[in-house]
Amino acid sequence: MVLTGAEIVIRCLQEEKVEYVFGYPGGAVLYLYDALFQQEEVRHVLVRHEQAAVHAADGYARSTQKVGVALVTSGPGATNAVTGIATAYCDSIPLVIISGQVPTAAIGQDAFQEVDTVGITRPCVKHNFLVRDVRDIASTIKKAFYLAKTGRPGPVLVDIPKDITIAKCDFEYPKEISMRSYNPVVRGHQGQIKKAVQLLLEAKRPMIYTGGGVVLADAAEQLTRLTRLLGYPVTNTLMGLGGYPASDRQFLGMPGMHGTYEANMSMHYCDVLLAVGARFDDRVIGNPAHFAEEPRKIIHVDIDPSSISKRVKVDVPIVGDVKEVLDEMIRQLEAGAARPNADHLATWWKQIEEWRGRNCMAYKNSDEIIKPQFVVQKLWEVTGGNAIVTSDVGQHQMWAAQYYHFEQPRRWLNSGGLGTMGVGLPYAMGAQLAHPDTHVACITGEASIQMNIQELSTCKQFRLPIKICNLNNRYLGMVRQWQQIFHGARYSESYMDSLPDFAKLAASYGHVGIRVDRPCDVEDALREAFVKHKNELVFLDFQVDQTENVYPMVQGGKGLTEMILSAEDL
Amino acid sequence: MRHVISLLIENESGALSRVSGLFSARGYNIESLTVAPTEDASMSRMTIVTSGSDEIIEQITKQLNKLVEVVKVVDISEAAHIERELMLIKVRATGKDREEVKRTADIFRARIIDVTDASYVVELTGNQAKLDAFVGAIDPALILETVRSGVCGVGRGDRVLKL
Repeated sequence: MVLTGAEIVIRCLQEEKVEYVFGYPGGAVLYLYDALFQQEEVRHVLVRHEQAAVHAADGYARSTQKVGVALVTSGPGATNAVTGIATAYCDSIPLVIISGQVPTAAIGQDAFQEVDTVGITRPCVKHNFLVRDVRDIASTIKKAFYLAKTGRPGPVLVDIPKDITIAKCDFEYPKEISMRSYNPVVRGHQGQIKKAVQLLLEAKRPMIYTGGGVVLADAAEQLTRLTRLLGYPVTNTLMGLGGYPASDRQFLGMPGMHGTYEANMSMHYCDVLLAVGARFDDRVIGNPAHFAEEPRKIIHVDIDPSSISKRVKVDVPIVGDVKEVLDEMIRQLEAGAARPNADHLATWWKQIEEWRGRNCMAYKNSDEIIKPQFVVQKLWEVTGGNAIVTSDVGQHQMWAAQYYHFEQPRRWLNSGGLGTMGVGLPYAMGAQLAHPDTHVACITGEASIQMNIQELSTCKQFRLPIKICNLNNRYLGMVRQWQQIFHGARYSESYMDSLPDFAKLAASYGHVGIRVDRPCDVEDALREAFVKHKNELVFLDFQVDQTENVYPMVQGGKGLTEMILSAEDL
Repeated sequence: MRHVISLLIENESGALSRVSGLFSARGYNIESLTVAPTEDASMSRMTIVTSGSDEIIEQITKQLNKLVEVVKVVDISEAAHIERELMLIKVRATGKDREEVKRTADIFRARIIDVTDASYVVELTGNQAKLDAFVGAIDPALILETVRSGVCGVGRGDRVLKL
């Protein structure tokens, strides 16, 4: 069947069973939009800024395990998308971004809305393509989806010049794809897995530390089985929350800069550390030299060999798909008779319970002023812990991670790697479209929300009943916290002046806006939002304590055991 | 420590910038980089001379392998290998210098491939040290310009980098 390039692109998306494309039209993609218009299978979500298109596709992908798709025009369309692409890249989220380009003959001529999109995005994509021939469109898009979701996932960009979308050729979607230069390892090395299992069984002070890789590999079930089989303590990083049920006794909370005392102490003083789909990020282990002072054997399971022995030296590296490797570990454990030494384990747990007894997440609540932690806690109660929660970046992000206890994966969406303010609302859009019957809450701050607030308009158009919980402290809270602690309380440019009345702003977009000033009104307001206004977007503007800080805290450059547990430690 | 990394990469536009971009983005050194198509025109072979600790070299090879268009990566300096570099050097050749440059070229088994009444172009192949030695042996005042290809390398004997 002979089709135009534009029709081929849309047909490819249909073949890939794409439900939603998040995008924004423009000159270079007019033919693509025309082809979109003439079909109904792939639905288009018109955002108000291209950055949000990519974030929304990203939120869709994070909440579903599917590839998110965004469509932008050339030039500013593509450059606006860059932050979204880099955000997805840092967290290994599978996306396909289709960008329009000026006609082939105009490339390099400084044409209107021309930019070297492939060049600009190269360092923040898994791979990218410039399609120069209409006959290459189908195979390129097939490759893009394949690359995005296999191996270590990531965003893949396909740049298509306008003339290629008008040119015609015969369409056939390739059934399979093979690339001689790209063959990600899936099965872990059997010998290494055996060695790892042996080491785990011999451990006196074992610890399991898992990250986003467990979520991406859909291996939460395997992680839970393995952890319970061994009876070992487990921690999930910011990206890995929900990988293990937070209510379980074996769960020690999140590690790292704002992690729990028990998780950090166990990470530091364990003698065997099983790291799964985690990368010893600077926000997780603090100073690597300090971390290396304590001797411990490290087993590291990761799909990406370059993540292994990058920041810490690993004793047993296992390259492979996390799910397959964990399955094999469980199989070997169940097949063998050996079990962990109960005495050693009991001694270790006694120590851990002592650490846990410090109750590091306790905070002083108030009757006068709303504590941000209290809002998150109430949100967790009101939603029964079952909401999909998105966040932006800063203090509210940490409080969300600390006080909303995730029982399942793909319920917690945030920008962990790049730390992009402004992702919260578009993530919620992507997640709500993918899960129309699930509560979606966006925990944000008055600064972050303003970075993509224009999307309130998109939410109205697509009737997305997102609940925005704005922890409004009139400050760039995390910046203010660092300025207080490290910069002599000189609050340089961190005060948010001239804020809008968010409740009225939301109302002007046709949503429900509620301002909450008193702690006693927090729960009622949440119930009003989730029950009375179930089917509407509600913007809850919580006026919270301006001076509240996130604790515990490991200062940058310090070791995991050098924690500030509360304001008294300052 | 100095390492010579050879790799096979799809011969596609932009492939070179993916490699060079990787080195600059991650702060790795490039001493030299050469690239040209192989006998299979769909694939190029690249030789990169770099330096760094063992950990950095391990990361470099892993990161190169991660590039979607890279087919194979080998650190050929890990075992017996041969390196060669080509240099073209234009020298002033007048009066008594004419004979002196010719003599030096002969000693280095270099060839004079262009002659005018005032200059020679000398072609010399060898490892980096030999080329450096030749440059050192010529009076700096006589050197008009030099151009070097960067290092090409290949493993000895059975060590073959092929698809």
